[in-house]
Amino acid sequence: MAMGPGGDSVREVPHGAGTAGHPAPALPRPVAAHPPTVTGRHRGSSWWKRRAAPYVFISPFFILFAVFGLYPILFSFYLSFHSWNAVGGLGSMEWVGLENYTYLLTDPWFWKSLWNTVWLLIVSGLPQHLIAIPLAFILNSGLVRLRNLFSASYFMPYITSTVAVAMIFTTIYGTQYGALNAALAWLADHARLGWLWERLGLELPVNWLGRAAYIKPAIAILVVWRWFGWNTMLYLAGLQTIPRELYEAAMVDGASIPQQFRWITLPLLKPIAFFAVTLTIIGNMQLFDEPFVLTGGTGGTSESGLTVALYLYRTGFEWLYMGSAAAMSWMLFVIIVGMSILNFRLMGRAGLERRGG
Amino acid sequence: MQALRSWPAKLALYAVLVSMALLTAFPFYWMFVLATHDRSTIFRAPPPMWFGTELSANYERLVSTLPFWRNAWNSLYTALMATGTTLFFCSLAGFGFAMYDFKGRDTLFGFLLGTMMVPGLLGIIPYYLIMRWLGWINLPRALYAPGMASAFGIFLMRQYIASAVPADLLDAGRIDGLSEFGLYRRVVVPLIKPAFGTLGIITFVGQWNNFMGALIVLKERTAYTLPLALRSLQGLISTDWGALMLGTALSVLPLLVAFAVGSRRIIEGLTAGALKG
Repeated sequence: MAMGPGGDSVREVPHGAGTAGHPAPALPRPVAAHPPTVTGRHRGSSWWKRRAAPYVFISPFFILFAVFGLYPILFSFYLSFHSWNAVGGLGSMEWVGLENYTYLLTDPWFWKSLWNTVWLLIVSGLPQHLIAIPLAFILNSGLVRLRNLFSASYFMPYITSTVAVAMIFTTIYGTQYGALNAALAWLADHARLGWLWERLGLELPVNWLGRAAYIKPAIAILVVWRWFGWNTMLYLAGLQTIPRELYEAAMVDGASIPQQFRWITLPLLKPIAFFAVTLTIIGNMQLFDEPFVLTGGTGGTSESGLTVALYLYRTGFEWLYMGSAAAMSWMLFVIIVGMSILNFRLMGRAGLERRGG
Repeated sequence: MQALRSWPAKLALYAVLVSMALLTAFPFYWMFVLATHDRSTIFRAPPPMWFGTELSANYERLVSTLPFWRNAWNSLYTALMATGTTLFFCSLAGFGFAMYDFKGRDTLFGFLLGTMMVPGLLGIIPYYLIMRWLGWINLPRALYAPGMASAFGIFLMRQYIASAVPADLLDAGRIDGLSEFGLYRRVVVPLIKPAFGTLGIITFVGQWNNFMGALIVLKERTAYTLPLALRSLQGLISTDWGALMLGTALSVLPLLVAFAVGSRRIIEGLTAGALKG
């Protein structure tokens, strides 16, 4: 790995004295005010070092990206036109043209996984923002104490591993022993909410992770729980950049709180909302850990929890169809790019215009 | 916001905030509760809501089914290596981008930012092939090496160094005979300790929690990191939720403690990048 330019051993010594290797550079200089005796070779080399240094400093990123970023991307593109079972070694690669892609387009599991992924993107993505924006508004209003304590508690799920929290949620969703069913039963008895469960078609105890209809909602609840705090922090940071005077001016003009929220907060929040939604799209389209743990790595009953990322993993690493998996990763990439562009059309441009104007 | 100052409005606001906090905290609480019960209590309806007495028995079963502390050490080692290398390479590159004027700087920085938009899944299949080819399967470096000079880290460092390190100080250092790397080590590093803290925590937590990468390159149980070990436990003793929740609790506890200590800086650091961009 490329290190710094020779480290300290080649420290420049401007006044040519035998102080090489001396660690204290700030000694009072005895004679000349500026170093007059620098030889051309010395000046040349220090000039060169100063010019070269930034390139050396930034090179690790570009080297690493070439090896672990660009090369894999190009290779997966190449791979996506081949049929290849990884067990056979590179020699067993076989050119199949667009076959992987055409196969995927007719593969019901792929469509199902794509539908599941988009469903989860919306159902677990939207609430995150709908909870986060008002919550950030409340926290930013300056009316509540312990703001940092509340912020930290909402943020806590984000720092803990998805596997750990998915494990915990597996116990929460347990049919006989789960906390969720226990809570629903308790509410039905004590708060007389049983009619509501009936209206929703819930027969207690509910097999949350076993019945096809409930798997996606169960995953979505976990995702919302894990990420709403992260989004709240993003919006809170965005709200803090809105000048207080705007609200004060609006109050002078007699604007109510909802009006202020509608006409000041929301428009000025648009750039950060665009950023936050972009992150949600990129993250949720690659949802893997949550469905993997909650469905035991399978995708669940009749593949109703199978996301594209999970299907990709199974295709590549369980069934060893590396070519199909590579093609799938490219199709997912194209879809994510498409959604990001759509998001930019809907939110980004307007947000940027407002900021500019 | 005078309208919000009346006490019913305040009460409503606090009710919202507190109930959200309870909803966030409950799963963690329940994890600790289940870790102290044996299966017969866990499977009883209604499930236990208060701590039990089976903690040590659960611990015995946990460490007899898993090389738990070995797995914990793997997690710690991988996360520490990731943190150390990331801090070094990202601050060095951030220094380069922030304090030098060189040909192609803006293009290269723009390219770097662009790489953040590429979804990680795109290269996942070749990632495994490269690691196999390098002979890094089951080795921690398969997990930390690719991210050592992360684009996000460099971005964070560049922003911080540009605002925290005055250019004059570098010139003074040069006159005093420091090399360019010496400037980094003796002038820049002491000034950017807060940024080291933020990026360090982010990197540590990210690597500690890395699941998909570990799933792909770690094949032997003694090489597993904690997320993988927990996941394997799910298959092995899926009915032993007491031991499983204890393992989960032990894997989460260090992060919860670290977060309790440094939550403010973590949140500020994470959201700062979003705003300055």
